[in-house]
Amino acid sequence: MTVEYPAPIIIETRGLTARYGNRVILDNLSLGIPKGLITVILGGSGSGKTTLLRHLVGLNKPTGGKVIIMGQSLWDLSRAEELKVRRKMGVLFQGGALFNSMTVAENVGLALREHTKLDDKVINIVTNMKLEQVGLAGFGDLMPEQLSGGMKKRAGLARALAMDPEILFVDEPSAGLDPITAAGLDELLINLKQTFKMTIVVVTHELPSLFLIADWVYMIDKGRILYTGTMENMKKTEDPKVRQFLDRRPDRAEYDPEEHLRSLMAGV
Amino acid sequence: MINRLGKRVLDSRKNLNELAALINQTAYWLVVGPFRPKGFKWRWTIRQVVQTGKEAVPIVTLIAAAIGMILALQSAYQLRRVGALTMVATLVSVSVVRELGPLITAIIVAGRSGSAFAAEIASMKVAEEVDAMQTMGLHPVKFLVAPKVMGLIIALPCLTLMADLVAILGGMAVGVMGLGISVGSYYQQSLVFLEVPDVINGLIKSVFFALIISLVGCYQGFSVTGGAEGVGRRTTSSVVTAIFLVILADVFFTLLNYVVA
Repeated sequence: MTVEYPAPIIIETRGLTARYGNRVILDNLSLGIPKGLITVILGGSGSGKTTLLRHLVGLNKPTGGKVIIMGQSLWDLSRAEELKVRRKMGVLFQGGALFNSMTVAENVGLALREHTKLDDKVINIVTNMKLEQVGLAGFGDLMPEQLSGGMKKRAGLARALAMDPEILFVDEPSAGLDPITAAGLDELLINLKQTFKMTIVVVTHELPSLFLIADWVYMIDKGRILYTGTMENMKKTEDPKVRQFLDRRPDRAEYDPEEHLRSLMAGV
Repeated sequence: MINRLGKRVLDSRKNLNELAALINQTAYWLVVGPFRPKGFKWRWTIRQVVQTGKEAVPIVTLIAAAIGMILALQSAYQLRRVGALTMVATLVSVSVVRELGPLITAIIVAGRSGSAFAAEIASMKVAEEVDAMQTMGLHPVKFLVAPKVMGLIIALPCLTLMADLVAILGGMAVGVMGLGISVGSYYQQSLVFLEVPDVINGLIKSVFFALIISLVGCYQGFSVTGGAEGVGRRTTSSVVTAIFLVILADVFFTLLNYVVA
């Protein structure tokens, strides 16, 4: 099966497999992330979408297969080469994952301070710019614990953007946010795509967010790809599982009274 | 049964591998780090010294003084029977400097700071902060472990020296006020058998104790699973393990000293 991608591929997985003990989380996944677009990885809880994200950003080492980012596999590189690739990637974690012992501004400027030879003054200017970009101008001196959930996420985004990444990964952008704040964050992502031609990978199960931001969609279920394609085609798909997800219908298992009785009697 | 045993063995081998990796990386960032530009977090280390050292001074002082007094009273009780009351000072000073000072200080610090290390790293791990660090190309061991280990290596021997001194003073208070020994003769008796190698011996021990406490705390922190409950479990486990290993190491050192001497 060949897929017609809407843009050149910037990240690719080849036969990516992940296992925890005997449990297979990702089963031989091969997919590509098109450059300069927003790709949404969609899936229910336990579908393996978060594990997939952890592999894409190089936090988990694949049990089998490879993740190729801009032509390179992070696990085959020396530390210095790995760092070069990592500098082009930004990750926004679910809760923002700000370092609690540092101020918001120190959080945002940390990567610059560690990885560049920039002057402190320049770092301060860049930090302020990034905070302004996410609508947090003037909040730099606060500690993370003084921020609301939505602000933490925005600050996390500012930190992810600090090194001007080419690829931005976002884990569950709307989780735990009210609809207005969530929509604001979605809009920020769209702006980033349009203004900086940034490649953005979003993992989510939120439908409103999906309809708003997605250019390209992967739907994952039980570690396999259920759907690949554009947002428009997805709305028209006939695949029962995809439809079930989009129409928000609960699972109904076939009821077999004898099987039920047997399961209750197990071990008696 | 055999199955479970096999799983246990495999699990503990995995844990040992992880521990070895942690020690290996810590050694790298402690030895090589300081010679690289931006390779060592001095500011974070100083903050650790303040947190683990300076802030532990009151509690260590209190307990060390109490230990000195108890030791003096207890040994007076026994030495009086053989008519060697003046030996109280010697006994207190030598056993405090060689044994009890380093040990008691390490146990207090394991309870105060080992647990804090584990809790800090574990809660950072749970909040995905450690992951964030990795994706930013920042090495968690460099930022979180190396400053703690170095900080404790500096702080614990200093605390130990202070505890030694305070415990001897505590013993002296008992000796002077309770046993009627004069300050001058107590002081002299204290130093009769106390030699410089004894002090150095105690300090070397405390450096090893610092290594044990900080590495156990950090290791437990990194191996957290689950949420807040996991953080609590790891914190408890770090204190228990650290105290156990400190005492075990102390037995080893004392034995070694005995054999060598």
